[in-house]
Amino acid sequence: MIKVIKPDTDNATKKAVKALMTEIHRDDSKDRNKDRNKDRNKDRNYVNMQVNPCKMCMPMGGALALKGVKNAMTIIHGSQGCSTYIRRHMAAHYNEPIDIASSSLSEEGTVYGGSKNLKIGIRNLVNMYQPEVVGVLTTCLAETIGDDIERIVREVRDTGEFEGIDIIPIPTPGYGGSQTEGYFDTIKALMAYFVKKPIQVQKETEETKTPFINIVLSDATCEDVREIKRMVELFGVKALFIPDISDALDAPFTNHYNKLSEEGISREELAKVIYAKATIELGDLVAPNHSPALFLEEEYGVKAYRLPLPIGINNTDCLVKALAEVLDKDIPKALEVERGRLMDGMIDAHKHSATGDIAVFGDMNLVMGIAGLVLENGMQLKLAATGSMSKRFKEQLESKLDQYQQKAEILQDTDYETIREVIQLKGVNLMMGPSDGKFIWEKDHVDFIRVGFPVHDHVGAQRKNIMGYKGSLIFLDEITNHLLDQKHKGYRERMYQTYYPKKESHKPIQTDEAAR
Amino acid sequence: MNQKSTIIADHREKQVLVNDKQKNQAIACDTHSVSGVVSQRACVYCGARVVLNPITDAAHIVHGPIGCASYTWDIRGSLSSDSELFRTSFSTDLREHDIIFGGEKKLIAAIDEIVIREKPKAVFIYSTCVVGVIGDDVKAIAKKAEIKHGIRVIPVHSSGFSGSKKDGYKAACHAILDLMGPEKVEVKTPHSLNFLGDFNLAAEAWIIRDYLETIGLELKTVITGDATIDSLRAAKSASINVVQCAGSMTYLAKQMKMNYDIPFENIRFFGIKDTIRSLRKIVFSIGTEEHVKRFETLVAQKEAYYQPMVEAYKRKLIGKKVALYVGGGFKAISLIEQFADLGIQTVLVGTQTGSKEEYEQFRKLTGEGTVILDDTNPTELEHFIKETGAHILVGGVKERPLAYKLGVSFIDHNHERKHPLCGFEGALNFAMEVDATVNSPVWDIVKTFKPNNETKSESKTKSKTKQAKKEKPFDVIDLTIEGGIL
Repeated sequence: MIKVIKPDTDNATKKAVKALMTEIHRDDSKDRNKDRNKDRNKDRNYVNMQVNPCKMCMPMGGALALKGVKNAMTIIHGSQGCSTYIRRHMAAHYNEPIDIASSSLSEEGTVYGGSKNLKIGIRNLVNMYQPEVVGVLTTCLAETIGDDIERIVREVRDTGEFEGIDIIPIPTPGYGGSQTEGYFDTIKALMAYFVKKPIQVQKETEETKTPFINIVLSDATCEDVREIKRMVELFGVKALFIPDISDALDAPFTNHYNKLSEEGISREELAKVIYAKATIELGDLVAPNHSPALFLEEEYGVKAYRLPLPIGINNTDCLVKALAEVLDKDIPKALEVERGRLMDGMIDAHKHSATGDIAVFGDMNLVMGIAGLVLENGMQLKLAATGSMSKRFKEQLESKLDQYQQKAEILQDTDYETIREVIQLKGVNLMMGPSDGKFIWEKDHVDFIRVGFPVHDHVGAQRKNIMGYKGSLIFLDEITNHLLDQKHKGYRERMYQTYYPKKESHKPIQTDEAAR
Repeated sequence: MNQKSTIIADHREKQVLVNDKQKNQAIACDTHSVSGVVSQRACVYCGARVVLNPITDAAHIVHGPIGCASYTWDIRGSLSSDSELFRTSFSTDLREHDIIFGGEKKLIAAIDEIVIREKPKAVFIYSTCVVGVIGDDVKAIAKKAEIKHGIRVIPVHSSGFSGSKKDGYKAACHAILDLMGPEKVEVKTPHSLNFLGDFNLAAEAWIIRDYLETIGLELKTVITGDATIDSLRAAKSASINVVQCAGSMTYLAKQMKMNYDIPFENIRFFGIKDTIRSLRKIVFSIGTEEHVKRFETLVAQKEAYYQPMVEAYKRKLIGKKVALYVGGGFKAISLIEQFADLGIQTVLVGTQTGSKEEYEQFRKLTGEGTVILDDTNPTELEHFIKETGAHILVGGVKERPLAYKLGVSFIDHNHERKHPLCGFEGALNFAMEVDATVNSPVWDIVKTFKPNNETKSESKTKSKTKQAKKEKPFDVIDLTIEGGIL
């Protein structure tokens, strides 16, 4: 690990901060704070703060997962802002209307419990949206005041008013983790709820005749979901995506807008996940207790595969091999052709790729996936950073870096203030991550490919394809072209300035930039 | 699911009305959002944050879990001519442990750290929901920190649940008053003013500053666009306050009148007419004859340059219909007039936090049958946009995709705009934007979308919708007659 030193901070300031911190924590009786601070000091410049956050909260992940469920509506139990902020973030990224209700907790609800608000809220949203599924997500506020949503939801069900509607309580306290944990927990909660529902049993025998596979995919764009679906279907089986955001969050224009999406995984499909050949969980960095695949394996004996996101050839191979193994089938010809094309593209690009000094940041699974593609194409990985906390993130990346004999800064539980500093320090020439990196792009002019969530200052984030052999090649081409542009832009001027023998009488030659 | 879905939810009937000038109508507003209806509003914290955040050389600490800071990081396009510190999002990132044992220690340490590293002119501490519940004594911490560091550390009481976005504005006003202090300045600077309720989105405050300085008036500070701690402190010596965003700033203006004897006027710089009217109001109130002359020269020049260009757009826009759903009432009133100047009729108008007086204004300014909505939601918007046949929707990020899905053009009159919409320059930008969206060839392609291209199931849904519409075509009017009149 290379120690991060802020170039514009003198040592005296550093010492002053340290002295102050010691003073502040002097009265801490336990080692707890010392340990945490030591830990954090490595990953973040600020000890007691996140400065320009590189993560979001759990309900965000929960809301995203529920958007991939057919005829589902979400209500966030908390104050009005939680739902509005999440809606705004998602609407800007997906360019789709994002309707999420809020229980609009007021002062009264906060003091005496939010049960009444939540019950009214569920009734209103059912009347307005006529959903089949209602996901009830909690927030910091609801959890802190101790609202028992299990009980409230039970009481709502017991009224008999909402027969035929599945109302599912899902705890997602904002402070409990990042959006990643919220996403996986919600998937787990949905599975746990629907597999226990007795109604679909008679369907089961018929369904088992056509084999299918559960796919839990994180950090994917709508196009990525479609692409992975296509790949699985080349094996002659159906892929059940939990959730399936492919059409729900990238809906084609029609002349009859439907505010409740009919796309996504249905509750009938959710109920049959236990009859799948296996569950393939793509994005394997959340702790095992958050993993839906492991839940299905432990509780229902559905074989679990936890694999990295299929970005880059090696990571995609993992998925394809797993599919072949589960289904006991040969790898389809079409996929071999696509793999061959990717290899061909990697060869075309490899000398250009070698000029890449790369920083990747954002959600941990995505960072890990992209890091795979970066390394296998001979780029230099300079920084891999995530705002989430994960032991596996560091471990896996370190072993990957060893494999390529590279060293990179790895930061977890970090913020953009620290990320920016490392990028400055390490001479990164291309960074990849969500739009939040735009600050570094704006201030330090580092070339930037937007990928992940949220991307709110570009269009088309929902249609970007970076997964699978095909997507990896599209993505690699994009990276290579950025690097090529860097090389070509100002090439003549640069060469002239660097190599032309300097004499006073020399005038700068006409450059392509000046000519423009 | 055979039941018909509700358009206007229970307890919302009084927040919807159809303008009928013969009747004595009043809308219910300023109430807490109804649970579950998908209100477009945010929370108290958001209100405080959007008002205070443009203060450039202060450190803004969000005391709470990460989400609150994450989702509001640099959400406004506010510009600074000086420090960029305000664009940094500081969060105490409270976690489970802090919720249980309290976040006070963390906050104290965070202030220390920030003061040493960034040397801010002042620190604002925003309380979020959980902080209000776990009972961190932010006020006491701020007081101690002030003594320790010798700068102002101001708590903002903005727990999300403690009211609506409007209460957040008020919390922000309190913070600004706190900064200004209780002392009165007896001798005011002649020909000087403060501009309240502009946030310098896309240089808007700079455009107005330029006008005022050209006329020869002194603009002490804008509250809060491109404001600094020092400029806010100097605000007390202004002769007059002019208020643009009435929803957020009327409270502050009233307090400043009471505390510092500074009278205030309402003004609006959106649209050429409003701009001239507002400048005239200011000049006649604090200027001399010389100022009036300069004002007339400025206006004559600008108008001669911009008005014909705006007129040219008007010819392409006349006869269109617009639906407005914006945050505050002042903006809606401005827009109704600005669209009218372009020959566009407002058929729907609503706000998140408008006041009774502002809604009364809407009724006066709009025609019979205009739908007026308070704290509305996507369901109602969809219904009334279709019903009124609006060609354009004006709104924020959340409303934009809805308009597009309905095949309706859209104007971003929100925090994120990157081109100025105020003053003469802004009036032209506005006309250009309206033209760019409503006259785009994209809509012609979209219109050619034929139902027979659809799959079978899709057409089925469609015919169903049609049928449903036939059954009860005047859903709106029924409801308003019953519930809309108080």
